[in-house]
Amino acid sequence: MCCGRAGISVVRRGNAGREYDVSFGKSNLQQLINDLTFQAATVNGSGSQSANLVLTRAIFSMGIPVAPKNVFPSNIEGLPTWYQLRISPRGYQARHGDPDLLVSLNPATWSADVKAVRPGGAVVHEEAYSTAEARDDLQYFPVPFSKLAKTQIQNDSLRKQLINMLYVGIVAGLLGIPFEAIEHGIQRTFQSKPKAWPVNVDAARVGYEYWREHFSERPIRHVLKPVPGGTDGLMLIEGNQAAALGCVMGGCTVAAWYPITPSSSLCENLIAYADRFRVDPATGEKRIAIVQAEDELAALGIAIGAGWAGARAMTSTSGPGISLMAEFSGLAYYAEVPVVIFDIQRIGPSTGLPTRTSQGDVGFAYTLSHGDTRHLVLLPGTVAECYEFAQTAFDLADRFQTPVFVLSDLDLGMNLWMSPDFKYPEKGFDRGKVLSAADLERLQGDWGRYRDTDGDAVTYRTLPGTANLDAGYFTRGSGHDEEARYTESPEIYARNMDRLARKFETAREAVPRPAIESLSNTTVGLIAYGSTHYAVVEARDLLEERGLAVDYLRIRALPLSKAVVDFVAEHEHVYVVEQNRDGQMYDLVRLLLPPELVGRVRSIRHYDGQPIPAYVITRPLLELEAVPV
Amino acid sequence: MPTAAVNRIGLARDAYKGAATTLCAGCGHNSITNHLVKALYEQGVEPHRLAKMSGIGCSSKTPAYFVERAHGFNGVHGRMPALTTGAGLANRQLLLLGVSGDGDTASIGLGQFMHMVRRNVDCTYIIEDNGTYGLTKGQFSATADVGSVQKRGAVNTYQPIDPCAVALTIGCSFVARSFSGDGKQLVPLIKAAMAHGGTALLDVISPCVTFNDHDGSTKSYSWVKEHDNEIHDVSFIPYFEEIHVDYEPGTAQQVELHDGSHIVLKKIAEDHDPTDRLAAIRLLEESRERGQLLTGLLYVDERMEDLATRERLPERPLRDYGEDDLRISREDFGRLMAELA
Repeated sequence: MCCGRAGISVVRRGNAGREYDVSFGKSNLQQLINDLTFQAATVNGSGSQSANLVLTRAIFSMGIPVAPKNVFPSNIEGLPTWYQLRISPRGYQARHGDPDLLVSLNPATWSADVKAVRPGGAVVHEEAYSTAEARDDLQYFPVPFSKLAKTQIQNDSLRKQLINMLYVGIVAGLLGIPFEAIEHGIQRTFQSKPKAWPVNVDAARVGYEYWREHFSERPIRHVLKPVPGGTDGLMLIEGNQAAALGCVMGGCTVAAWYPITPSSSLCENLIAYADRFRVDPATGEKRIAIVQAEDELAALGIAIGAGWAGARAMTSTSGPGISLMAEFSGLAYYAEVPVVIFDIQRIGPSTGLPTRTSQGDVGFAYTLSHGDTRHLVLLPGTVAECYEFAQTAFDLADRFQTPVFVLSDLDLGMNLWMSPDFKYPEKGFDRGKVLSAADLERLQGDWGRYRDTDGDAVTYRTLPGTANLDAGYFTRGSGHDEEARYTESPEIYARNMDRLARKFETAREAVPRPAIESLSNTTVGLIAYGSTHYAVVEARDLLEERGLAVDYLRIRALPLSKAVVDFVAEHEHVYVVEQNRDGQMYDLVRLLLPPELVGRVRSIRHYDGQPIPAYVITRPLLELEAVPV
Repeated sequence: MPTAAVNRIGLARDAYKGAATTLCAGCGHNSITNHLVKALYEQGVEPHRLAKMSGIGCSSKTPAYFVERAHGFNGVHGRMPALTTGAGLANRQLLLLGVSGDGDTASIGLGQFMHMVRRNVDCTYIIEDNGTYGLTKGQFSATADVGSVQKRGAVNTYQPIDPCAVALTIGCSFVARSFSGDGKQLVPLIKAAMAHGGTALLDVISPCVTFNDHDGSTKSYSWVKEHDNEIHDVSFIPYFEEIHVDYEPGTAQQVELHDGSHIVLKKIAEDHDPTDRLAAIRLLEESRERGQLLTGLLYVDERMEDLATRERLPERPLRDYGEDDLRISREDFGRLMAELA
């Protein structure tokens, strides 16, 4: 889903901006309704994630759109972690940046965290932290968290985690979240553990009561007001969970994976769905095999072996795993074996920042492996597309007998996003050109594995186990002729490579087409893909407010559709926005263009590991398009 | 006209043949191919149920040389186990026959080999073991002996890896060793391995005819002459004929190779209990110390569940399930969406 012009505008503008006769700190700013960024600064492993989810669910249940982002370290316990929850009247889901309301429970980052709070904001903190350098444009709310936990929380074993529920109660009071919404948030967060409800509700209530007693006479600049029906028809789901659901609905029967952040949750969700929906209750038999492999080489190898034998097979990984999968990817391309590879991108090179986001694998995945290798790459931009493209990927892999990469990223894959309900698939699987024993009987041996019978460069295959003596053929990554026999013949080699190139051209317009949003009379266009979408949606609204209307083409797959050329031809300037240093898609777009159009394309890049905010797009665009201030 | 002999499924021996070999004449691998043809023919394996899997190297080419009508997959170096694992999960009705080499298994593919064994994938895993890299002209593999010398003089100082010892210590459910020239032993072992419901490792010592005949090689004629009783490995074979041996269980046999060099094969005695893993490890170790190469069935555990069984996969191949079997029902899907709201 998206918000703003093209999508669902969940909350209308107009609520915000009313003047209140109060001063927040010494800022004298207007009070804002449903428009803030909340940030919890905690220590990794302290159990704050549940508390943050409770707040998110509570606010969402008030009909207020939410956009949460988890900024976490590559660490199990002890390093700083932040949770940002953006709330905006129009339901923008891109990262906004600095917080308006900070909860600080980490002494190590206390000082730096406070510096980042926007003027007029509020800070809830452990009372023991020093406020010697307090800013005079913020409101401070000291809370004796440790003391409260010791005296008010009876459960010894859960005390450490439940401290976080104390701030849930405080924040609920400050923002005006009804306590019933908090109770709902707790039930929703601990959906499968009703036993956990009372202790969490009690702890949140301790915080809420503390707010009532000490802070209820101190309004802050940002408040929340329920919006009846504001989030009806929407759900919250992570991209990896959506992709896992897509794998189930797309008929995946073999999955092999090796744990790596940020992709692990895809296969973990798949395991959960498989346990629930793929087990025959009568026999206990399972209609899927999910194997944790010894490394990413084996993971892809298992998936290719299964794809070759006729299963819908996939693997899921991130950058370092993709590097290890290079050789096998080339085998599947050249031997023409269907397989689906999810790459939930994190920022590289090398180990990079393992828990930070990026779109840096686009160029690499597109041509992964040595030699003239080219792959189909799907680029979901929303959680709904993570779900949908997972299914599309299996169809395309079978149809074109080739690896299909699905490139998501940490931001899309591991954060919760609002989305309308997913659609139940109406079409059956496209299993591509597979000859059955009956087909072979009819053909009387007249078939060749790599013969282009239909003229579309896509050939027929048979599956091992097909009960016909003509079914067998020899699959290999070495040179082969139309009958799959080994050959080093220069003519046959070149002919086969030319056919593979034609097959790729056949696929060009069969992969998901770009999504284009055009306005009349604008000469400026934006091109983006993947999770950058949400920043573009917001940026277009901001630019329009400044009088600069921009068209938008969202690339949803590689190879690039010819529609990209037309889009560039229709605009004087086209900006390619992406989250990598080298402008990888910018390069691919320019390679597609005729020379006279190349000069029209410009590049906007964001690559610090944090999800791209809208201002990264608007600032250079306003400057380059010379929009008057 | 005489009728050609056929097996229990009505196929002649020729139906189990493949393309002409492109390996060196006299290569032990060709002997193994012939023994495979014999074993598969005699066992009456349906060609369409057979999937021949391999990696890269001389050994990995051989699946093209038998049962031409079966499916085959010649993958990438050292990664046959992964492809085989996946194929078996997609269709557990397949008879998976993996052919690998000592480089493919013990060097580049050691990790995959061990993890396949750990998972007990239902397949036969044949190592055509000659201690050298043939296709790249004679570099050492990880099964080469300490002190082996390459043609250009490099000496191997690394300890050899014994795939059987590795397999035993990590719980392989079927471990056997044989010699390419011993059809009498190898054919039944291949049949037993194919019949076994789990990973069946068959390490077959298979002489390389091209890359070991020079002074300084522990597999050369002169070296073998001086050390014949302690030799536990095969040596250079300059003649274009395959070697055949035939000896009794419990006996050791010195085999004279074509060039007059020898190997000593020690057949496991009939009183060895192949279900006793500790005994198998002890036998291997003792024969290694004596410089003998132990052949025969070292260990078998028929009770260990294979991967597909442990994963609770149905007998029907997973690849045969369609939308109606695999998708969440409309009702459940609706409930799921409601849960996420």
